[in-house]
Amino acid sequence: MENFYLEETSKTPKLSFDQKSGKFLMSGRSIPENSIEFYRPLFEWLDDYVKGPSDKTIFDIKLEYFNTSSSKCLVEIFRRLEKIDNNSVVINWFYEEDDEDMQESGEDFKEIIDIPIVMNVIEN
Amino acid sequence: MQSSNVLMSYKGSVSNDLLTSLLAIAQYKLDGIEQKSVIKKKIFSILVEILQNIYHHFANTLKDKLLEDDSITFLLMKVEDDYMIVTGNYVAAGDVYLLRKRIDEVNSLSAEELKEKYREQLNIGSVSPKGGAGLGIIDIARKSNNKLEYEFVEYDADYSFFNLTVKISTS
Repeated sequence: MENFYLEETSKTPKLSFDQKSGKFLMSGRSIPENSIEFYRPLFEWLDDYVKGPSDKTIFDIKLEYFNTSSSKCLVEIFRRLEKIDNNSVVINWFYEEDDEDMQESGEDFKEIIDIPIVMNVIEN
Repeated sequence: MQSSNVLMSYKGSVSNDLLTSLLAIAQYKLDGIEQKSVIKKKIFSILVEILQNIYHHFANTLKDKLLEDDSITFLLMKVEDDYMIVTGNYVAAGDVYLLRKRIDEVNSLSAEELKEKYREQLNIGSVSPKGGAGLGIIDIARKSNNKLEYEFVEYDADYSFFNLTVKISTS
């Protein structure tokens, strides 16, 4: 199985998903007009990944901001990761010190997703 | 006297590329006037939500007679310590009731209730190609931290013009 990698653009985040190490990264902005179309290949990749995941999956999310259709897609991504054995998946949610909107977004996911989400402050 | 400053205004048709350009210009303007990066991010993300909402809606609505040149209006301004985003677009007469109901409901909620509502909507339902399944308006209200002001002006039997004003306070 190949790793999943996409460069960042002005509207879409960098996606770097390493199958072997289980290190996942999403960073930048996520504001595509059609989020499902953008994320569909990643959904499919994850459907495969969860069948034979790495011992540890660590997912770093460092988003500047995202639109609401992307937030729905994030839920879709997390739902897939929920299928992996508990305790082997951690999501690191990064937000800038004074960015209450991104902090709240992380807490929103924390509330509804059944995977540990660790909140990480980036100091300015 | 109030000091107000129009940062950008637009009236015309809308397309994917145009939306990208409008957002790029808005970002440039905000970089020039606003020091605080969190405020810039807040305004920008609300702007994205509003314009993408209009754009998705536009694809639905504008099939016939309406003049494309006249199809949306958009204004970004700073009035003293507040930023205002004012938009206008046509909506089908049949959609007015639901849109009004949604905004009125969002306006009736406290910040805490908005948060609950957002989480509820995020948790249920699947993604539609059109976007966030009703999340947009809740998100805009939640981030702006102000009531949404709106009005519908009847254009003809089939369409109304929908004006929305979103205020973002910086202090």
